[in-house]
Amino acid sequence: MAGISIDLLLASLMVAATPILFAALGEMIVEKSGVLNLGVEGMMIVGAICGFATAVETGSPTLGFVGAALGGAGLSLVFAFLTQGLLSNQVATGLALTLFGLGFSALIGQGYVGIKPPATPSLDLGSLSDLPFVGRVLFSHDPLVYLGLAMTAAIWAFLRFTRAGLILRAVGESHDAAHALGYKVVRIRTAAILFGGAMAGVGGAYLSLVRVPQWTEGMTAGAGWIALALVVFGAWRPGRVALGAYLFGGITVLQLNLQAAGVAVPVALLSISPYLVTILVLVVMSSDRRRVAMNAPASLGRVFHAAA
Amino acid sequence: MKTLTTLLAGAALAAGLVLPAAAQDDPLKVGFVYVGPVGDGGWTYEHNQGRLAVEAHFSDTVETVYQESVPEGADAERVLTQMALSGADLIFTTSFGYMDPTINVAQRFPDVKFEHATGYKTADNVATYSARFYEGRTVQGHIAGKMTESNIIGYIGSYPIPEVIRGINAAFIAARKANPDVEFRVVWANTWFDPAKEADAATALIEQGADVILQHTDSTAPLAAAEKAGGVIGFGQASDMAEYKPSPRVSSIIDNWSPYYIDRVQAVMDGTWESHQVWQGIREGMVQIGEITDAVPEDVANEARALMDAIASGDYHPFTGPINRQDGSVWLAEGETADDGTLLGMDFYVEGLTGTIPN
Repeated sequence: MAGISIDLLLASLMVAATPILFAALGEMIVEKSGVLNLGVEGMMIVGAICGFATAVETGSPTLGFVGAALGGAGLSLVFAFLTQGLLSNQVATGLALTLFGLGFSALIGQGYVGIKPPATPSLDLGSLSDLPFVGRVLFSHDPLVYLGLAMTAAIWAFLRFTRAGLILRAVGESHDAAHALGYKVVRIRTAAILFGGAMAGVGGAYLSLVRVPQWTEGMTAGAGWIALALVVFGAWRPGRVALGAYLFGGITVLQLNLQAAGVAVPVALLSISPYLVTILVLVVMSSDRRRVAMNAPASLGRVFHAAA
Repeated sequence: MKTLTTLLAGAALAAGLVLPAAAQDDPLKVGFVYVGPVGDGGWTYEHNQGRLAVEAHFSDTVETVYQESVPEGADAERVLTQMALSGADLIFTTSFGYMDPTINVAQRFPDVKFEHATGYKTADNVATYSARFYEGRTVQGHIAGKMTESNIIGYIGSYPIPEVIRGINAAFIAARKANPDVEFRVVWANTWFDPAKEADAATALIEQGADVILQHTDSTAPLAAAEKAGGVIGFGQASDMAEYKPSPRVSSIIDNWSPYYIDRVQAVMDGTWESHQVWQGIREGMVQIGEITDAVPEDVANEARALMDAIASGDYHPFTGPINRQDGSVWLAEGETADDGTLLGMDFYVEGLTGTIPN
């Protein structure tokens, strides 16, 4: 490991993990409500350009992230309308959403190529940031990195301890039963879809405002699909989803850093390793029928019609 | 109206359709297959500029169609087949990884002409064309060698194909000539286009002390990362990337495909099209060096321009011996220049480069 500083590596790992963490957490809530939205990539890229445009126009990265959340949520509203209102097929609608999002973002982004966004400042944590090693790794990031971790904890607590979380899970497990109990299935699912869209939007904006930082057409380059895989990888549990995001971000950054430091690494193997790990987890998970049944929301992807 | 057209274009593309850009009685239909989005600001952007030049030049007598972000491999074959079936007369496939798909589809459509960029396989109806980007890399390498203060130059490679390896070697030879202490750090991104990964790669190199970043990936992300880091310079790749002037972008290699595209479309119209292999450089104008900005000292800029002129006139070949291979064995003797065959199939580093080329 000649010449690699571990603290810098861990710090960039956290940055690399944040976009997919946001998108995956959002998608997890959507799936927990029983809806499969394959449009994560589309919502991310729309969030990336909405956030970028808002930040550039207002000069405020904070407003940029708000704009990104609104943009992502706005696009997911289309999905909600089609799947919950018109009962369209969720898989097909989600794929269409991705394609639409890619085209639409390219259109809005025409005037934003080559512009530098306002810098997102690191959170000032005072003397904590000056601590050796820990300060660089944990306490010198922008607020979004911490928000991502906070969201992980919040979502975990929400699903586990709150009544609303219980209702959300009930809707995802059996929409007919939830409906019979008087819960507004469509309304709850729409809210979950909007939340998922907003989270994906913020994840996308993290790419365009912090990680790269610039706007380029198609810049998510598949991150949305990774987020989708992470939800399954994490078995619909926030902690594991976060772990997956950090693992994925970690391997990507690690292999680039190893190469930069001149360590001979099997590049192609490392590049595909996150995907291999995901497949492996899927195989292990699906080898145990009960475990699959316990984790995946039972109504996932099924169309709900109140009259039925 | 323009917005509406763009919107419809976007929607149709999003739906995976091949979009006719103009409709006429019987215009020549020319297709383009791109590896990234047309707005990548680099490689694909320049090919699309070439397409637009064809449209502008021939106006109503030519109809162009394109499809962007086509993965290399089986998907490309499907897209090409679809394009050929929809009546394209000439198809430009603009990435190295389209080589076998192009050859395969060309066999099934003998009446359709294909032009494959940067490959080496031809057929009766498949021509190849490429630019001697390495000439530009030599100029870049010289500037990089003169400009670096840490003596570490970072290089973001895409895939370990001859094209990319040749660029690394050319840049390295020139950088070492300019500055004997220079060291190269190469990172393989294993992608042509993924801004986040490209930026991460640039950041990793900068953390390793690199203060000059050369890239062989398609987006402007490495320049954004260089700008963010501060005190780091880079170069426009495939396109001018003028948004990052005067620094971090201090110069650029611009791929100018327009004249070639117009020429080949004309040849199909005239019925004179024949398969060939062309490889043009600075002299022919297919490779252009973008403005060297004020961030580069005047004497270095002048040396770079002189180098460019020497390459254009043929006085200097970027691969002139003595050059050894990485393992120390002799590749080119004193005064010997590399032949195109070796260059086209280059799969080795020259002496002084560290690291191994992945398989």
